[in-house]
Amino acid sequence: MSQALSDVSMRVPVGDSRALVGRNGAGKSTLVGVLTGIIAPDSGRVQFGGRDAPEPAERQKWRDRVACVYQKSTLVPTLSVAENLLLNAQPAARGGWIRWGAMRREAERVLAGWGMELDVEQDCSRLSVEQRQIVEIARALIQGTRFIILDEPTAELEGREVRRLFDRIAHLQATGVTFLYISHYLEEIYEVCRTVTVLRDGRVVAEAPMEAMPKERVVAAMVGDAAGAASARRHVIARPAGVTPQQPPLEVREIVVGSTVQGVSLRVEAGECVGLAGLAGSGKSEIGDAIAGLIVPNSGTILINGAALRCGDVAEARRRGVGYVPRDRHTQGIVPLLSIAENMTMTIIEQLGPAGLILPRRQQIAAQGMVQSLQIVASSTDQPIKELSGGNQQKAVMARALASAPRVLVLLYPTQGVDIASKEALFAIVERARAGGTAVLIVSDELDELSVCDRVLVVFKGRLTAEFPAGWTNESLVAAIEGIGHGE
Amino acid sequence: MANNASGAAPGRQIAPGRRNSLLGLRELTLIPAIVLAIIVGSFASDAFLTSDNFLNILQQSSELSVVVIAETLILLAGKFDLSLESVVGLAPMMGAWLIITNQQTGGSGVGLAWWLAIPAVLLCGAIVGAINGFLIVKLRLNAFIVTLAMLILLRGMQLGTTGGKTLFDLPDEYLYLGSGKWLGIPVSIWLAAILYALLGLFLRYHRLGRALYAIGGNVEAARVAGVRVDRVMWGALIVAGMLAALAGLMLTGRIASVVPSQGQNMIFYVFASAVIGGISLNGGKGRLLGALTGVLLLGILQNVLTLAEIPAFWIDAVYGAIILMALVLSRVTGGGTEEA
Repeated sequence: MSQALSDVSMRVPVGDSRALVGRNGAGKSTLVGVLTGIIAPDSGRVQFGGRDAPEPAERQKWRDRVACVYQKSTLVPTLSVAENLLLNAQPAARGGWIRWGAMRREAERVLAGWGMELDVEQDCSRLSVEQRQIVEIARALIQGTRFIILDEPTAELEGREVRRLFDRIAHLQATGVTFLYISHYLEEIYEVCRTVTVLRDGRVVAEAPMEAMPKERVVAAMVGDAAGAASARRHVIARPAGVTPQQPPLEVREIVVGSTVQGVSLRVEAGECVGLAGLAGSGKSEIGDAIAGLIVPNSGTILINGAALRCGDVAEARRRGVGYVPRDRHTQGIVPLLSIAENMTMTIIEQLGPAGLILPRRQQIAAQGMVQSLQIVASSTDQPIKELSGGNQQKAVMARALASAPRVLVLLYPTQGVDIASKEALFAIVERARAGGTAVLIVSDELDELSVCDRVLVVFKGRLTAEFPAGWTNESLVAAIEGIGHGE
Repeated sequence: MANNASGAAPGRQIAPGRRNSLLGLRELTLIPAIVLAIIVGSFASDAFLTSDNFLNILQQSSELSVVVIAETLILLAGKFDLSLESVVGLAPMMGAWLIITNQQTGGSGVGLAWWLAIPAVLLCGAIVGAINGFLIVKLRLNAFIVTLAMLILLRGMQLGTTGGKTLFDLPDEYLYLGSGKWLGIPVSIWLAAILYALLGLFLRYHRLGRALYAIGGNVEAARVAGVRVDRVMWGALIVAGMLAALAGLMLTGRIASVVPSQGQNMIFYVFASAVIGGISLNGGKGRLLGALTGVLLLGILQNVLTLAEIPAFWIDAVYGAIILMALVLSRVTGGGTEEA
């Protein structure tokens, strides 16, 4: 596809705290990769303190200059806090024999010196998310790193913990530590950061002190001047009049899933296409998964054609008319070594022969039909699906969802990672299903996927916070997704 | 490799391809090695190229081949079962123990009829499979370590129950599967052949067979597609246990007794056959036919080495070296650059 980053220049002065924002796919992760030496840029260079960055292979030198605290732990869970802090730098006597007492005191001294308190003898597997972050930051500081990247550090923290993290950042900043702060929650960056850099489509589109960038300007920069264009693209097809079904094909009543979904209700009428938008971790995917039977909600009901669905049973959900396209076709969609035909007919396998047998002829005919109607490009239906392009794989996953003639179609990021042509083709397929009276729920935060919807519901931190009829502007939708103003 | 000539060709509309029809290329890679072993064997001994010797090879391979089917079912789904070799010993021992009335010769004194003892043997295999299933599927314990412990436990139970005695003097009916003949060919060969045909077709043309491939190939995708992953996995372990018990019964029939060490070390040859036959240890890949060629290659080699009068103490070393070579060969000729 295109470049992940092009011509990105940015300077972060010592002691700054810089926010890095941008929508999914804007190039944030790639930039972090470049800054931490994991990805080598095709051109351009990275400098720390005015000196060129080390060679990509010199991991230790990179680690001395920059540290990144990811959402995923990079600590050794079975070792103690002290050992993790001083890994491979333990105070040792002659011959490499570790002096445990000295190590404990050293670790305590370092933590106290940075204003952090923690039992250094406990195993890291027992730390809370907040404590783990403290250890990761302290470990970087011990190594002499004074530039720290925080990649969505608050995603799993609670309000009080977030508060403490912010205090800690302010404290470290005062001692000359520099931060690059990545967060989906725009509110946060106004509290922690002094300056902001906005990325869009791999380019820096704005860079300014926080005071000069009110939220509206940040959102506008993230969305770009394509505002409104996407929603205008939608071909408004009136729903078949006269057809006013008493029971909606899909109705969700007050479902609760763990702490991620906190009482969401929605309904999708026949022939309607509804978007469900939200940030990563907002709970939107869990709603989709619950309808498909992949997870069991703690409470609430899901009704298909007015009748309650037994939750947590994928096969049952499908029998009742739910078609499902999972979020990530690689981990949940395809079995790479199996043929296209097999991958597509998984959902109708009981129709391929008596007593669980699969008659190859029937499988072929079914697969041929799907290949033709969805225009999948392949040399043969017996080809292993891993040989197909991403777009064609996704069409095959879509074909499988449609194979059982569903009344309800739940699609998670249905066009993610496919080329433009396939994208259009996939939208056309959805449109055809919709015109045929299928209720469609698109779970996504991609604007062009949402633009084909009749209306878009926004989930923020597990609750529905806004609803937009067709014709929304990108700014207003993105602002709602990012949790600004909580609805209109 | 040549079989990849049909990579995605954009723009071309699809033909009802029969690309991996009956024999995929991978299933043929061991044929040259088998042919080579036969040629070497015919030079090594005049006794090699006789129909009696070939029936001998097939009969001696039949028990191994049935356990290989069992292991293949589990490997395809991406798991392991080491305890199958203990089932090969324990299950027929249990049957024999229930039959034998004389407690002095290691019997139970129950005096069970043979037609009840044979189902009991299969039940024993099923129970072991079910327990493995409970530990691996329900409790989510590591399959390797669970079945290793089970291997040791069952072996110990066998020794404990019989006090280390060899059980003999068993009814002819109980021994029939390993000693009878149909049309001049041992029943065990027929049985193995029928099982290969049936289960080979099952794996190819039954939804449960394909579910095993889907689970081994991508367990999440299988779950999303509605495959009842846990149930299928559990079922595979139970069926595998029963097949291993059946193999044990065949072995007991052939040697007309149950020795305490029956089945010992067999699992190494089970894995060797399956893997050189193209069954991936990572799951989701390989075919029963390939596994069968693996069994045959090992059976012929064993026979050739014996006939060639390799000193008995060196046979295992030579055997191991040849298995390694076969692995390398199968990777070079068949696996190509494919992962796993």
